[in-house]
This record gives sequence, structure tokens and C-alpha cells, in this order.
Amino acid sequence: MDLRRTMLFIPGNNPSMLQNGGVFGADSVILDVEDAVAPGEKDAARLLVAHALRNVDYGRSETVVRINTLDTFGKEDIRAIVPCEPDLLLIPKVETCADIKEALSLVIEAEQPGQKPVNLVALLETPRGIAEAYNIAQADKRVVAIALGAEDYTAALGANRTKAGTEIFTARTIVVNAAAAAGIQSIDTPFTDANDEEGLLEDTIVAKQLGFKGKLSINPRQIDVIHSVFNPTAHDIDWAEQVIEAIRRAEAEGSGVASLNGKMVDAPVVNRAERILHLARMLGMVKEAE
Amino acid sequence: MGKIFTTAQAGTLESSDIMITVVPAAEGDGVIIELESIVMAQYGSAIRKTLTEVIADQGISDIYMKAVDRGALDCTIRARALAALGRAGAVPKGEML
Amino acid sequence: MKNVIGRDIPDYIEEYGRVVPFAGAFNTLPTMQRQAPRVKTIRPGATKLIDSLEEVFKRIPVTDGMTLSFHHHFRNGDGVVNMVLATAAKLGIKNLKVALSSIFPVHAPLIDHIKNGVVTALDTNYMSGPVAQAVSRGIMDKPVVLRTHGGRARAIECGQLKIDVAFIAAPAADDYGNINGVQGTAACGSLGYAFPDAQYAEHVVAVTDYLVEYPLSPVSIPQTRVDYVVKVESVGDPKGIVSGTTRITKDPVGLKIADTAARVIQAAGLIKDGFSFQTGAGGASLATAHFVRQMMEQKGVTGSFALGGITGFMVEMLEKGLFRKLMDVQGFDLEAVRSIGSNPNHLEVGADFYASPYNSGCAVNKLDVVILGATEIDTGFNVNVVTGSDGVIMGGSGGHADAAAGAKVTIVVANLLRGRLPIIVDKVLTVTTPGETIDVLVTERGVAVNPRREDLKQELLAAGLPVKDINELKALAEKIAGIPQSLTTKNKIVAVVEYRDGTIIDVVRQVED
Repeated sequence: MDLRRTMLFIPGNNPSMLQNGGVFGADSVILDVEDAVAPGEKDAARLLVAHALRNVDYGRSETVVRINTLDTFGKEDIRAIVPCEPDLLLIPKVETCADIKEALSLVIEAEQPGQKPVNLVALLETPRGIAEAYNIAQADKRVVAIALGAEDYTAALGANRTKAGTEIFTARTIVVNAAAAAGIQSIDTPFTDANDEEGLLEDTIVAKQLGFKGKLSINPRQIDVIHSVFNPTAHDIDWAEQVIEAIRRAEAEGSGVASLNGKMVDAPVVNRAERILHLARMLGMVKEAE
Repeated sequence: MGKIFTTAQAGTLESSDIMITVVPAAEGDGVIIELESIVMAQYGSAIRKTLTEVIADQGISDIYMKAVDRGALDCTIRARALAALGRAGAVPKGEML
Repeated sequence: MKNVIGRDIPDYIEEYGRVVPFAGAFNTLPTMQRQAPRVKTIRPGATKLIDSLEEVFKRIPVTDGMTLSFHHHFRNGDGVVNMVLATAAKLGIKNLKVALSSIFPVHAPLIDHIKNGVVTALDTNYMSGPVAQAVSRGIMDKPVVLRTHGGRARAIECGQLKIDVAFIAAPAADDYGNINGVQGTAACGSLGYAFPDAQYAEHVVAVTDYLVEYPLSPVSIPQTRVDYVVKVESVGDPKGIVSGTTRITKDPVGLKIADTAARVIQAAGLIKDGFSFQTGAGGASLATAHFVRQMMEQKGVTGSFALGGITGFMVEMLEKGLFRKLMDVQGFDLEAVRSIGSNPNHLEVGADFYASPYNSGCAVNKLDVVILGATEIDTGFNVNVVTGSDGVIMGGSGGHADAAAGAKVTIVVANLLRGRLPIIVDKVLTVTTPGETIDVLVTERGVAVNPRREDLKQELLAAGLPVKDINELKALAEKIAGIPQSLTTKNKIVAVVEYRDGTIIDVVRQVED
């Protein structure tokens, strides 16, 4: 699975941000032609993003484009953007499996021969979207992640969006569960106060605790903080290596059961250890396994 | 033969952007480009070349274009020029690039 | 004739004289005595207080061809230079040399004085605004002499810049000529740039709008060197003299550069007790100080001193015990003024103490790190801070070349592309600071290390920093922006760029129309 600890929104009508987007080290950059762009500028932003995709080097960041909804400008967005070979499209306000299928058929139509398939991330921002989370998550193998958009979601609920986030607790766990059940990634909603570094840290820790694999970001200053939360610590890596070592020892001794520090090491524990080591390897924190 | 039908504008005066205004010209007037740029000495000819290319690729032979550049990269210049032409009624030709 | 960094400079420049070419940052040694002004006396009971500038002019007397000097502690809020030159013009005086340590937009009236022949020579460390533009367009017959802050002090002490009358704008003074910069409505903090002028000028005039009862205290410039005291309505605009507070940039690219620069400092092993530091007041430079501070706090490090232009940010670091001392040659904001006036660990130092290369040791020699900006840098690491991309003068070395020479590690922070312009070029238009004194360039797309510093390069690589060859970074910039056409200039030399030791490192030529 690809690293998506941070997915940074870049306004699609801002040439300066578009050309610098790759500099911040985010795992993904989301070139946004939806909420960041006024209706009168959708045409210009579409062109800027299309040209940016073809000409700007985004380094190790995956390129994502948040298109408009299909019933507004989304269809023209797909036609213009897909041939420019973004890695993913972020589809906003997804409510049903059918929304995904409709978008996907337009994407496939727009893909050029020989082009790497463009995958999808569904942004769930409405109560219906949350209710349909699992169906959306497993709508197609090209859906690689689902993300929560809490601002629109709480507005639709008629609830206040708070820093503590109690009002989105259920939506968060639904998204995490649905993604896990479908075998794809879950991405948490952005922390919108760009000046509150402590608040961001706390919110990201909660997200990780709940099982999210990454977080949407609205400001480059948030990247390092979010990464620090999702990265395994030296302690985590040590523990994971010990677990794997315990398994190896058990196999070598022909024993059925491995144990570490008096606790049984069973499948879920091994699973967790392997995930940590996999992430650590991707981040270059440990050498490749032999 | 490409053509524009109204005056239109795209882009802003923000840093790294270019503001392009296009005005229909009479047949035979040719392509007239008025360019102001904060990097005229270093990139003036390159900017002019790009604008000329975009206009030619769209098959337009008569047009008046005013461009006020604030250090836009080539891809931005192309995107803004195409946006202005589109808003002026030109039907976009060919690939985006 | 080419000097040692390959810049083409005539052996002799009209209206300047014979050129001593730059021969390396430390290769030209002093061979002179300090110059000495004539000894004066004043009878007990005699008064120094003069009614008006006009009266002072008549007393001295100020005549055609004299050199008048001024400090720039009032920056764009200065009122004294314009008042003094207006007086000169009124009295029909001509051919003055104005040695003003930095020229700002507020000094625009200089242009008329130049046109009318009142002023025919300029000697300065920094120029911006209409005067700089006019000079670039060739308004003067004599080339402007551009120096560094340390170099100006040296030139004054060693007799290369002989000052006839130093007009010292004094935020506070008493009737016997004691001056400080911390009292009065025009309080500016340190008066360090005026120290050499006060020591070595033939005549010294204190110009103040805030006269206090004798004796003034504290004393920055003593009565023993001041000949006349003139009280005027106002010496300057406080809003232009100091800013409220200086804020660090919010620009995400600038912050990324600053964060990387701080990591360079850490990788060089410099963040430890006794650490000393200088930074500029703007943009990515000040932001770097912010990240360095965080590292110091995390490691519980106590630095020895911070140097240079002082802002509220540095004052806070002093007050929180992150540095033991501040050495202040220029205060930028109200916090700096407050602190220097009340904290014995906040020291006022003169320009000579700060940066002169021809004395028994200046403060920049004790620096671990300096963070500097650049308009351009070339593949030889030579830096331009004098001329902009259009060839027009928009700055000057100030303390740039001094600090770069003195510091253990000199870091230039800059966007790889300024708007569309690549900051790395084959040859900068004007060299202010030679590449041998520049160690590291930090951009948002990579870090380049001077090949002279293989040791540093290894340390940065070991720390996982994105080290790239400077030619690679240049190619990257050109790939993104396209290859820029080079600027052409006219032939006439409008300014001579002196290195801190008085040798000529480069010249500035007139811009095309």
C-alpha cells in the first residue's frame, strides 16, 4: 500500500502554489479545482492544473486532483485532467456506489492508450456518504482510499464543528472500519486551524489511534507534525523486530507458539509488527529485509 | 481558422501569474502582442514566443493581446492564454498541451 | 585587469583613482597608521549650543568640497540628512561629498542636490529607492563608493575616508554634546555606526530634538568629541525609525528553507553551549532564527552571544536565557530599544568593534554562524546583494561581506527561483561577497556546499540533508524557469564596490535605458 500519511491541498487557481507543491514533502499533493476555486474561475483553474500536471515535477509526492462534482463541472474536469496523467482523482461528496461507477466510466473513457490507470479516492462529506461508506469503499478495485470531510458533514448534521471532535467521532470510526473491511486506506479530515500546532498534534494522535492511515492537510506547515505522528517510533520498531525475531525463534525450535516478554505472540500481534516494519522500511528507517 | 468573438481576460497580477486580455481584431490586422513583464530582460523573448505559439496553435491569425507578467512560468503562461482565448469564444483545439 | 575572482576592473577609474584589486578575503594587509584629527580646546563656560544648522555651517565653516558624514540609524525615518543638505544648498555650498552609511527612499531630495551640484560624491554601504535608481541611470559624474559596514569604519580610522564634519543625529543629547540613542521620541537604540565618525571627524555636530539637563546618561558618544550641539524641531519620524514588532514570514516556502537552514546548523554540530549567531532581519533569515531557537530549547543550550541588527525576537532569546549577551550595532524595533536601554547584557558596539578587518579583532571573527540573503549567487559561490535582476542598485553589502568573512559557517538562504528568476547564475552581475567566504547555500529544492568545505558536506550528508552540487541546482532552476538571457549594461562605471579591506572587488555599470 502506498504511503499517504499526508495529503496536502493546493489551490488549483494559484500558480505560485502549484509550481511549489512538490517542495513540502507531502506524501500526496491534491491540486484542487473544487472548493478552492470560485465558479467563475473553474475553466482557468482546470487549465492551470492540467498544465501543472504535465510540466511541474512534484518529486516524491503522489499527484491527486480534486475535481468538481459530476453534476457541476466534474465531467469537463475528468476529460481535461485525466489525459494529463494524475496518479489519483479525489471525488468530492460521494454518496453512493453508483457515484463511483459513473465517475469511473468517465475516467476510463478519458484515459489515453497505454496510460497508467488513474485510481480514485472518495471524499465522504455527507450523512448519506457515511451511511454508504462500506459500499463506496468496495465499489471498485480502483478505489484505493476513502476520506472524511468533516466541515461539510457537520454542517449537514446541523452540529457545531469543534476541536474536540465528538460530533464526528462516529463518522470517523465508520470510515476507518469501512476502509479496513474493504482492504483500502482511510484518511482523516483536515485540522483547519493552521496556527494551532498543538491542536493539530492532538487531533492527529486521535486519528492514528482510531486507525486512520493518514490525514488531509490544508497548510504545508502541518506536514512535519502529521508525519511525526504516523511514523513508527524507534521504540515501535524495536518492539516489532523483537516480535519477528520471536516468531523466527519459535519456528526454528519447532515450537508451535512464540512468546515475547511473557505474552503470547499471535497472528494479530505479528500483523501489527509487520505493518510497522513495512512502514519503517518505506520511510528508510530500517534496511530492507533480506 | 480559429477566431475570438469578444474581449476576455484571464489570470491575475499576483506573483508568478500573468494577466492576459484578448480583444478581437479585424481580419488582416495580424497578431499584436503587447507585453509588460517584471523579468522582461531575462525572459521577454521567451514569453512572447510562447504567447505567439499558443495563438498560432489555436489557428488564430488576427488578435490583439495584452499581457502583464509577474514572473509566470511557461506552463502558467500557456494555461492563462488558453483560458483567455476560451473565454473570448475560441473553440479549443487539440491536446491541452 | 582581472582581480583574483576574475572580475574585469580598470587599473584606474576616472574620478576615483588608482584601483587596488581584490586579492582574497584575508590577503591584503594593513600598512598604515590610524589617522588623527586636529586637537581642539574649549574654555570653561563657553557654550556649544548653537541656534541653527545655518549658524553651525558658518562657525565651522563648511566650505565647497568638504566631506559631510551621517549615520543611518534612523533608516527611512531620517530627517537630519535632508535638513543639513538643504542648509548647504541655501548657503550656496557646492561639491560636497556625502558619506551617509545607508541611503533610503526618504533621502530622495539628494537627487536635486546632485543635479544642482551641491553634492557631487557619495560614499555609502547601502542604497535603495530613488537615489539608487538615479545613480544606476548615471546621474553622477563621480562613481559612488560602496563599502561594507566594517570597511567604512576601517576607511575612517585609516584615513581613506576623511570626514570634515560629522552630523550625528542624536535621539537625546545634553548641551555639552553627550549623546545616546535610547531616550527621546526618536529613540533608535544602538548608535554603533556613528562611533567611527565621532572618533575621527574634524568637526562633530550633534543634531537633536531632545535636549536634556546636563549630564546625559547613559553616554554612547562622549562630549569630549562633540564640538557643537544644535536643537531642531524634529530629527526624524519615529514610525520610520523603528517598527512595532518584526514578524517572521508565513510564506511556506520561506519556512521550509529556514527549517532546512536550521538543520544545517545542527548537522554542523554547532548547536551547543557557547553558540554564537547572527542573522538578517527579514524573511527566511529571521525564520531560521525561530527554528534554531526551538533546537536550542529542545537541547537546553545556552548560547554565548547574538550579533548584528537586533530585533525583539533576539531580545526575547536574551531574556529567556538562550543567549548570555547581545552585541548590538543597530536596533530595528521598539523592543530592541527598550532592552538596550535597560539590560546590561545587551551591549552597544561600534561599527569598528563589530566588523572592521583592520584592528586587533572585530566581533564577526567570533561568530559560529551567520545567515545571509542574496539577490544572486554564482557557481563559484560569489554573492550579489548590490544590484537587482534589472541591474539597478537596490542594496549593498552592509555587514554581509564582513560577517561572511568572520563566521565559522556562512549560510545563504534563498528561494531557488525568485518569481521566475533562478538565483544561481554563471556569473553574478556584481560581486559583493567573494565565494571563498560563503560555505552553504540553502534553497527549498536542495542545499549546495562550497567545495572548499568537504568536511561540512560530509556532515550534512550524514544528517540526511538534501545536498546537491550547485551546478545541479542551477540546472534544476533553469529547467523549471527556462534559461534567462543575460543583462547588458552600458560602459560607464556608476559605483565602485570595495571589499572590507579597501580593495576593489567589483564595479557597477550604468543600466541600459
